[in-house]
Amino acid sequence: MGATATGERVSGRDAILGTIRTSLGARDDDAARKAVSARLQTHPRNLVPDRSAVGDAERVAMFVSQIEATHASVARVAEPADVPAAVAAYLAQHNLPARATLAPDVADLDWKSQPLLETRVGVPVESDPVGVTAAFAAIAETGTLMLTSGAGSPMTLNLLPDNHVVVLRRRQVTGSLEDAWDRLRTHQGDAGMPRTAMFVSGPSSTADIELTLYLGAHGPRRLHIILVED
Amino acid sequence: MEPTSAQFHENVDKALHDADLQTALHRVDKNFAARRTAAVTAMPEFEALRDEAVRIKDHTLDHLDLYLETFEENVIASGGQVHWAATPEDARQIILDLCQTAGARTVTKGKSMIAEEVALNPFLEQHGITPVETDLGEYIIQLADEPPSHIIGPAIHKTKEQVSDLFATHHEKLGKTKRLTEGSDLVAEARDVLRPRYLEADVGITGANFLIAETGTSVIVTNEGNGDLTQQLPRMHIVIASLEKIVPTLEDASTILRVLARSATGQQMSVYTTFSTGPRRADDPDGPDAYHVVLLDNGRSKLLGTAFRDILRCIRCGACFNHCPVYASIGGHAYGWVYSGPMGAVLTPTMIGIEEAHHLPSATPFCGRCEAVCPMRIPLPKMMRHWREQAFDKKLDPARQRVALRVWAWVAQRPALYRRLTGLAVRYLAWRGRPLGRLRDLPLAGGWTDSRDLPAPQGQTFSAQWARQRQGNA
Ligand code: SF4
Repeated sequence: MGATATGERVSGRDAILGTIRTSLGARDDDAARKAVSARLQTHPRNLVPDRSAVGDAERVAMFVSQIEATHASVARVAEPADVPAAVAAYLAQHNLPARATLAPDVADLDWKSQPLLETRVGVPVESDPVGVTAAFAAIAETGTLMLTSGAGSPMTLNLLPDNHVVVLRRRQVTGSLEDAWDRLRTHQGDAGMPRTAMFVSGPSSTADIELTLYLGAHGPRRLHIILVED
Repeated sequence: MEPTSAQFHENVDKALHDADLQTALHRVDKNFAARRTAAVTAMPEFEALRDEAVRIKDHTLDHLDLYLETFEENVIASGGQVHWAATPEDARQIILDLCQTAGARTVTKGKSMIAEEVALNPFLEQHGITPVETDLGEYIIQLADEPPSHIIGPAIHKTKEQVSDLFATHHEKLGKTKRLTEGSDLVAEARDVLRPRYLEADVGITGANFLIAETGTSVIVTNEGNGDLTQQLPRMHIVIASLEKIVPTLEDASTILRVLARSATGQQMSVYTTFSTGPRRADDPDGPDAYHVVLLDNGRSKLLGTAFRDILRCIRCGACFNHCPVYASIGGHAYGWVYSGPMGAVLTPTMIGIEEAHHLPSATPFCGRCEAVCPMRIPLPKMMRHWREQAFDKKLDPARQRVALRVWAWVAQRPALYRRLTGLAVRYLAWRGRPLGRLRDLPLAGGWTDSRDLPAPQGQTFSAQWARQRQGNA
């Protein structure tokens, strides 16, 4: 990109913004700027459907039934220490290879308790059959997982392996998308947004051939959630 | 693509005689509308959410310049760059420059109507860069060398057999010699063939369903996960989006998401809704090193000050397509350009000119279903009428139609006469259409009904019904 190209782009920008202002016509610029910065500062909630304004037990039940309706499966365990056994059981149940690639966020669990399960921590390669990652939050309203990128959470692990297992703590289940954003804002503080925030509602699917639903289009064919009750 | 909208009548003729297309369209008709209805019924606040969504977009358009500036600031603050493209040529050149800086030979692409609008693929190919579509529907039409026929299901017009033929022809050189007939096998083969392409691509190009000013974020919505692989694996992620995709905050995007998936496919949420902000952070184990957003204008900044402004609220959900009797009869290709359906009938003339596209806004029975289902409450029929007026002023319509319109205008200015004549016409049409509930030909409008049915009017004219209701309420 040469200097001219950049110069043209800057003028492209000014020309576009200029035309927008002409199209908008006369306005009180001060008031407009105030309205915009107020909205950005306070990021008010709009109407949030009533459905998710329920108690804790009902919210978790809503999340489970909603995400199960999207062809995902859920197993409940009592505490984090039970997760490796639940992963091994899931793989055995589906005749999958006992080989899992772990996100650093779940690497600390007691994987040695499963001597037959081969594990590796880090970014997956194409042929890895199983990825195990940790959720940032979950949304009851729609049965959705929120997965965010960070040092302990490679995003390709949510996408490349055929089978995706997600570890979710009960207290991470929120009501609405807006609740989930609140949690992310608090968690990130000054760091702002992570590079990626994925909302996942079920395994990968397509209806591009004759509007028939097929699972496992490009991402995982199977999505399994291990819900830790503690 | 070269528009063929001017040959609309020939296109329509071809579409109506294409048996495979008619089967496919019947499937669209049966599927989408029912799914939308189910999803909408299950959400008691749906109508109120539509109002909120409209309010958000109107507020954004009123302050479009300010939100775009904020968006740019925040993209830069998170380590990315914004490029402003006034025209399709500018957008293509910017993307080519970026690809060349990255030393790209292959780029993967998520589904993007804006990339179609600027005809990106042929341009990249001319310059020695291979674009690979990764959305299954886009991949199928790329193999077939066709434009999309529906904004959310680009290959909706293809039968399984046609897909099977395409794969057999194009995958043979990749060592896939067996002709597949099962849908699940076809999906699996596409996955197999595309996996290495994701991994070898130097650049990933996606569209955006939303751009968020507050955070400098781009959002994509998919079911396949192809867009996610496209924006995670290559070293450079380029987003191409038109400037009206902007919304102020994460909360605002969330509200519109609630009406988007329900209106599009009847899902509550699509499988993957992904928010991308800047390139990978220093301690991220994966993700792209560079993040660029190309903002396309292509006349939208002007449109903002015209009677067509409301079309800028469009979120490309496809609901108006799925409820349109015209689209259901002729499919997307007959419209002759990238955008089709009621939304395309309004938008296309703004981009290729009313001279070229004047048939599109004329091809409407004004049944109003598109506006009734549009989550963003865009007055599509009203805008088609504006175009018709412009076409009429420019004398673009055939003489007979213009005479008919002038007669109609003359009659319409005389209320008593109008009521009597339309009352007669309605009774006549109801009688003609009785056996089918649809009319196969219309007096004075043979050009219209030669190729499509008009739903027969039920009972009285609107003005008679209105008068009766008013009396009833009084
Ligand atoms: S015009 Fe309305 S219904 Fe049609 S695609 Fe746009 S938002 Fe959807």
